[in-house]
Amino acid sequence: MYRESQIVSETNSPFGGEGAGNLVINVGPQHPATHGVMHLVITMNGETILYVEPHLGYIHRSIEKMCESLSYRQFIYSTSRMDYLSSHINNHGCALAVEKGLQIEVPERAKVIRILMDELTRIASHVLWWGAMAMDVGALTPFFHAFRERELINDIMEETCGARLTMNYMVPGGVMTDLHPNFVKKVKEFVAFFRTKIDEYDTLVTHNVIFKQRMMDVGKISAADAVSFGCTGPVLRACGVKSDIRKLAPYDGYEKLNFEEPLETAGDSYARYLVRMRELRESLSIIDQLIDNIPEGDFQAKTKAVLKLPKGEFYSRVETARGEFGVYIISEGGLTPYRIHFRSPGFANLSCLNQIARGQKIGDLVAMMGTLDLVIPDIDR
Amino acid sequence: MLSLENISKSIHETLSASLNGTLVLLIEMTIAGVLVISLFAVLGLVLVFMERKVSAYMQIRLGPNRVGYKGFAQTAADTLKLLIKEGLTPDGADKFLFNLAPLLVIIVAMLIMAPIAFTKGFQLWDINIGVLYVSAVSSVGVIGILMAGWASNNKYSLLGAMRSGAQIVSYELSAGLSVITIVILVGSLSINDIIESQRNGWWIFKGHIPVLISFVIFVIAVTAETNRAPFDLAEAESELTAGFHTEYSGMRFALFFLAEYVNIFIVCAIGATLFFGGWMPFHIGSWEAFNHVMDFIPGIVWFFGKVFALIFLIMWFRWTFPRLRIDQLLNLEWKYLLPIAMFNLLLTTVMAITGFYIK
Amino acid sequence: MFIVDYIKTVYNASASLLKGMRMTGYYFFNHKEIITQQYPDVKQELPERFRGEVVMMHDEKNEHRCTGCTACELACPNATIKIVTKMELQPDGKKKKALDNFVYHLELCTMCNLCIVACPTDAIKMAQTFEHSVFDRNQLTKKLNATGSKLMEGVE
Repeated sequence: MYRESQIVSETNSPFGGEGAGNLVINVGPQHPATHGVMHLVITMNGETILYVEPHLGYIHRSIEKMCESLSYRQFIYSTSRMDYLSSHINNHGCALAVEKGLQIEVPERAKVIRILMDELTRIASHVLWWGAMAMDVGALTPFFHAFRERELINDIMEETCGARLTMNYMVPGGVMTDLHPNFVKKVKEFVAFFRTKIDEYDTLVTHNVIFKQRMMDVGKISAADAVSFGCTGPVLRACGVKSDIRKLAPYDGYEKLNFEEPLETAGDSYARYLVRMRELRESLSIIDQLIDNIPEGDFQAKTKAVLKLPKGEFYSRVETARGEFGVYIISEGGLTPYRIHFRSPGFANLSCLNQIARGQKIGDLVAMMGTLDLVIPDIDR
Repeated sequence: MLSLENISKSIHETLSASLNGTLVLLIEMTIAGVLVISLFAVLGLVLVFMERKVSAYMQIRLGPNRVGYKGFAQTAADTLKLLIKEGLTPDGADKFLFNLAPLLVIIVAMLIMAPIAFTKGFQLWDINIGVLYVSAVSSVGVIGILMAGWASNNKYSLLGAMRSGAQIVSYELSAGLSVITIVILVGSLSINDIIESQRNGWWIFKGHIPVLISFVIFVIAVTAETNRAPFDLAEAESELTAGFHTEYSGMRFALFFLAEYVNIFIVCAIGATLFFGGWMPFHIGSWEAFNHVMDFIPGIVWFFGKVFALIFLIMWFRWTFPRLRIDQLLNLEWKYLLPIAMFNLLLTTVMAITGFYIK
Repeated sequence: MFIVDYIKTVYNASASLLKGMRMTGYYFFNHKEIITQQYPDVKQELPERFRGEVVMMHDEKNEHRCTGCTACELACPNATIKIVTKMELQPDGKKKKALDNFVYHLELCTMCNLCIVACPTDAIKMAQTFEHSVFDRNQLTKKLNATGSKLMEGVE
């Protein structure tokens, strides 16, 4: 038995806690705004936020340590559980790192399949984010509309990969199975359907005057700050910094594709929103370019049954839906990695929350967390 | 013809014939009380079901469809669940105020029911200052919300209650001003007079643009007053979990929930009475034949039809729009709605004096 | 002009709200757009690649293809599979290692498909089931080879 006065969190706020006449609120670990188990200790003056302190670790599963005891084929599956919304892209990053170590040449067909899956995952992730974002600012209907489109992608994934969320489809050397015969037809149908639905998204949310008012000039971050906090992905691109790994360090044939990197300059919540909405359209155009040109051939390179990386350090990075995802493997030459580190985009993006939330209202904090697109297992790992 | 007016009259006559006046009054009050409470229960069930269905269809879902015929018994089952749930009182709460708050909210909702005319001659209390009474009593509801927020000993509740206080106090103004436009045109505060003045057409059609503007302001203001999205800052699910009723459970929560829906019904009934003629059928000036045909539909159907159309409109808002922020909410009221309402009031006054409206 | 801008703002704002309402209104009145699947009543056909649980295939003579080589056990990242072998007397008098018990812990399985890929004799596959909930977690520990089943002829 304890009273609330006893569980008021200690806060490191420079403005002082309850004693200084401020209101200290614990948002989380269980709170509808955090979309997971994250704990924010917010020091407020009335409705105005003075200081935000994220407390992490509620869903820490020590995936990095776990990976040290798994072989190079096995550890990939666990990365699906980090950023579960872009699990394909996480798996892709791991597969790239292992391939770099083994110097495997991935067949062209596998590369194209990987990019197609990556972009479908990106769309699924952004669509879910769109729904959750609208829910954060109080509109509940878009969430269900978003799930309608997301389900179609999940169905496509299910048919080819066998799972809807944690696919474990990318393996070192290519992909696990070949595309399902229905894949091309279904993706084409989906792309045509989704193009009409994006316009509906714009009508329902993007152009809505209340939504614009809520998002514009809120949660501003300058390009310099965003870079120094280590933000990546749409958060950084909303400040006008080119940071798309698909452009800067192309992997698996992104260099052959013709797509644009969406940039906004405002750096506020609405800019982050717009960047993601434009990324949806870019992903569609990438799929359009590839879907008719899937080369014939093997879907997987011939690899040994037991993979052993040579002694050394290997790093690969990919662009997930949330930003830059890095995989750093140190190998001693054995069956399992000596150390694995994952650079997850969510953790770095979260770190700027205190900077952008200060002086804003608590309602906007929720919207800002929405635009940062936090996936809590990605932050805690 | 069997109408509610005749039934109530005959009950009154039968009772008066055998009993003395005080006893008749007491019995009639009991009947009225039972009627109001059962109306509350039915309204709660119907409106919650309606809300769930409306939201489901807008969200391309089916909504409740398993319990009872097409899911009609779903809300009854939910109520049963709430009845048998434990009502927790948080440690450190002000127990007296905590228990009083839901009762206060529901009693205020009951009180406003008094002057509403459901159909011709079917009204609990034909008070000559009906509209004033409604505006006065409806402001008391915010005390219950503030009480709930304060007594819960929870910071979310307190924030929600304070938001609600600021919001309701502000939006009362423009709601009141838009009600006054009709009062100016009618020249009476009595609900019956207002309905009677719309015998040759509803005010929304007779009153030209000023009444239209005041109707829009009225709808916005009452949406805010009933704490409905896009003005549901007092509850603000994604920010404050459940706002002022975070700590309530079981039947106490059910009372808040019921009060919310009854309040929607009441404000929509007021809106229907002022702008759409209450139980008055759709009449056009001197088209006697047309008006006569319209009279065949009983007044109670007209009344509930209008009220539910307005309720649907408010639900439609809720399931389409995002929520406003607290400062935007107050900006909207003090910088846009209130000046427009005042200007509109002036315009209506000029219109009423010059007689430039369809009489 | 200040007043023109003001009216324009108000007009655009209301127009954006009304457009949104038209969309939700469209969905309200067009029930053909509803995508709800009435799950227990109407069950969706799952694709043949769906990964629900690991099962071992048996033919009509109650023979399976598992040689007990433990490739799947080694491939599994979560120690989901435990293979117990026995020494079986062959007709020609030689003793040979054979499968005794294929223990599968469904509660640990993440459906990563690595065991299926690793299996050299295609003895196991993924089943298209997903309703795995039970009241006792012991029921999730399964024995995949049927009792009395034997290794298929010719599978090495």
